Amino acid sequence: MVIECKHVWEHISGYLDGTLDPALLAIVQLHLEHCEICSAILDSTRNILILTADDRVFELPMGFSERLHSRLDEEIRSAAG
Amino acid sequence: MIARIVAGEPHLFHDLIRPYERRVYAMALSFLHNEADAEDAAQDAFLKAFRNLAGFRGESQFGTWLISITLNEARSRLRRTKAAPMTSLDLDPDEPGAVSPALLRDWREIPSQALERQEVRVLLQEAIAALPENYRTVFLLRDVDELGTNEAAAVLNITVASLKVRLHRARMMLQKSLAPSLKHLNPTRRWFQWL
Repeated sequence: MVIECKHVWEHISGYLDGTLDPALLAIVQLHLEHCEICSAILDSTRNILILTADDRVFELPMGFSERLHSRLDEEIRSAAG
Repeated sequence: MIARIVAGEPHLFHDLIRPYERRVYAMALSFLHNEADAEDAAQDAFLKAFRNLAGFRGESQFGTWLISITLNEARSRLRRTKAAPMTSLDLDPDEPGAVSPALLRDWREIPSQALERQEVRVLLQEAIAALPENYRTVFLLRDVDELGTNEAAAVLNITVASLKVRLHRARMMLQKSLAPSLKHLNPTRRWFQWL
């Protein structure tokens, strides 16, 4: 069975998460082997997910933890009366 | 540990929240678009969690509960400031309708070392922050915080099917907005003429 590019795009997430059923996976896989555009979309999406999951993207500001725990100490002290 | 904190060892709350600092901050930042506001919101979320810890029933995981508090805190700050764009009301996030990706003929991997550059981190942060809220929260919970599908759906009080649709769209929107800019990060291929 042949599948069009736009239908492959609908399954990029499922493909990356490994949640496609075997029959659909085989169809998508076959398309990807022959379509450079869909392969590039898949590769770029995967690459973007790897980058956005990196801890450095949302690094805590300098001193964040110290300020947070110091405020928490104040809260604990005031709760203790 | 939670039982001990509630029973009279509040200092243990410091240890309880350490693993969640970045997650809470990232969620707040993606709503508020400003480091100082995000830090304030994150601090308030942690303090609210501390004050209400006795009411935590353990039906969900502590991290899930904490993220719910953070989401409420960030949303209520947004409502107060009205500074951020609201999610479009004419777009049902779960209705069928494809998001077209950016079309490329080839993709050369962007190595994670690129994240050493501030401009790259900002590019990614801004692209995530620009997603409509319904998609952004799903993306952050699943792909940044790496929560399971069921857990993320529970935090947002949506079905697993809706979560999957939103996650797919969020990823495609990010591919569309980021791929063209990230592609330029790779040095242009150089061709040498053999003599």
